[in-house]
Amino acid sequence: MEPLIITDHYEIDYRHSYAQDSPFFVGLTEGKLMGSRCTACGYTFATPRAHCMQCGAPTAWLELPLNGRVHTFTTCHYGGEAFLKETPFTLVLVEFDGANTLFLSRLKGISGDAVRVGLPVRAHFTKTPSMKVTDVWFEPA
Amino acid sequence: MKPVYMISGGITKFAKAHPDKDFRMMVKEAYDYALRDVPRFSKDMIAGAVGSYFSDHFTRQLKAASMVQDYLGLCPKPSKRVEGGGATGGLCFQSAWEAVASGRMNCCLAFGFETMSRVNTWKGNEFIALASDTNFDFPVGGFYSGYYAMMVQRHMYEFGTTVEQMAMVSVKNHANALSNPYAQKAKRLTVKQVRESPMVATPLTMEDICTMSDGAAACILASEDVAFKVCDRPVKISGVGSGSDAMRMADRPHGQVLLLPHERESDYTALKYPGVHSFRGGRMAAKLAYEMAGIRNPMEDLSFIELHDAYTSSEIQTYEDLGLCKYGDGGRFVESGTPFMPGVDYGLELPKQGRLPVNPSGGLLACGHPVGATGLMQAVFAFWQLQGTMGKHLGNDTLQVRDAKRGLIHSHAGTGTYITVSILEAV
Repeated sequence: MEPLIITDHYEIDYRHSYAQDSPFFVGLTEGKLMGSRCTACGYTFATPRAHCMQCGAPTAWLELPLNGRVHTFTTCHYGGEAFLKETPFTLVLVEFDGANTLFLSRLKGISGDAVRVGLPVRAHFTKTPSMKVTDVWFEPA
Repeated sequence: MKPVYMISGGITKFAKAHPDKDFRMMVKEAYDYALRDVPRFSKDMIAGAVGSYFSDHFTRQLKAASMVQDYLGLCPKPSKRVEGGGATGGLCFQSAWEAVASGRMNCCLAFGFETMSRVNTWKGNEFIALASDTNFDFPVGGFYSGYYAMMVQRHMYEFGTTVEQMAMVSVKNHANALSNPYAQKAKRLTVKQVRESPMVATPLTMEDICTMSDGAAACILASEDVAFKVCDRPVKISGVGSGSDAMRMADRPHGQVLLLPHERESDYTALKYPGVHSFRGGRMAAKLAYEMAGIRNPMEDLSFIELHDAYTSSEIQTYEDLGLCKYGDGGRFVESGTPFMPGVDYGLELPKQGRLPVNPSGGLLACGHPVGATGLMQAVFAFWQLQGTMGKHLGNDTLQVRDAKRGLIHSHAGTGTYITVSILEAV
């Protein structure tokens, strides 16, 4: 017998708390890029975390510069289903002076072919926040 | 710790979809194959089992491993499920090893499966990307091929690795699989064809990336007493190691290289490590496995490797993590022909062809990647290589590595967050 195949729909809304990461997302609505710095060893995170990955001590919030450089990049011509309609889009990891780690974001305002490691970029913020990390993106500085 | 042996293994054919068999039936098929290969062994000798599958999203059946356990008739024996992204199968294998090495069990079954055909490819990519930070990474464009593409862009920037070198990995693994009837996507390719296939995430094309699959695999691990009683050619698991790294690539440090026994600090004076170009967890896993197995120099001490080539780029990066060449030399390593099979025509100039075959099976690129089964599939192929039984199981011996003494299997999860390395030896 041929196997019987049906379609089974599944959908859910999660209640998601940003918890200790919340100040970062509120910062985006104020045009600020918030990182964090370890209160014990000074290690500085461009993607914030409440406790230091190196030594475990608490970190303090820190406003990052809005200008950085492309550390690496890719242009996605396909993607997960949620992002397919946005293709092609360019992803970058951004490095900042004074930070030990990087920040993942979209790069807009430039063709994917023209992006290079080291390209100076600047953060831009949406005027209509959705309280997601995509409320910030980068463009060539 | 007690010595641990692999005494049998089985796999299903990996395919885009197996609508005629659910996950229980697929595991049953692999498990029955393994049982048939050791006629003096009986299932009563199995003390317990470890199951592996990656995603509850794909399965949409929580505690699916419990359903396999009862389907195989193994209740009420001990059972658990292991999950660790792409490394799920490798972690499962090592969990079964731990059960026997500790003396808790004389014989432990490791089984794994994945049923990825239940959603379309792009929904599948979305599910997989949920294995990245859902606050900071996933919403930006959650797509694993994009993450690996960024890693290799940096590798290219640091070391001059080329897209043609990456394409050679694709040519190699797809051609190897032509002799492997279990493989999903065997084909003859040229470097040009790899580059001209549709671009997915620059610089990775469709032929640089593995596919999604349905499939299952099973391994039976046993103590020395059981192994030599029931199996003519058991294979010893002489070393296990594993490692990890930060979930967010953005958080990876830029520090010092973790050195292997045959390397020196002066080899890497300027390299900031691991950055996003290398897998520190893979280096850690190799270091621990080499120490346990007494491997001083992997190029001299290994006969073949089955490694996690979800991307051509990650195969090149993994050559370096495993210490087959120095960091930065991975591209030239594949160009030299070293990781190709001897005696197979790839249509390429390969001066050192076949010195240390990597992914003789065809790897994930060509066999497919039913996540929970993948790491166990590598163990099954390595087991057959070390038994010298590839011909018997594959129907031809093109992929049999001659006089294989020691093999390495390597399983890897999302951008290097969990990685396992296990060493198997002929006895």
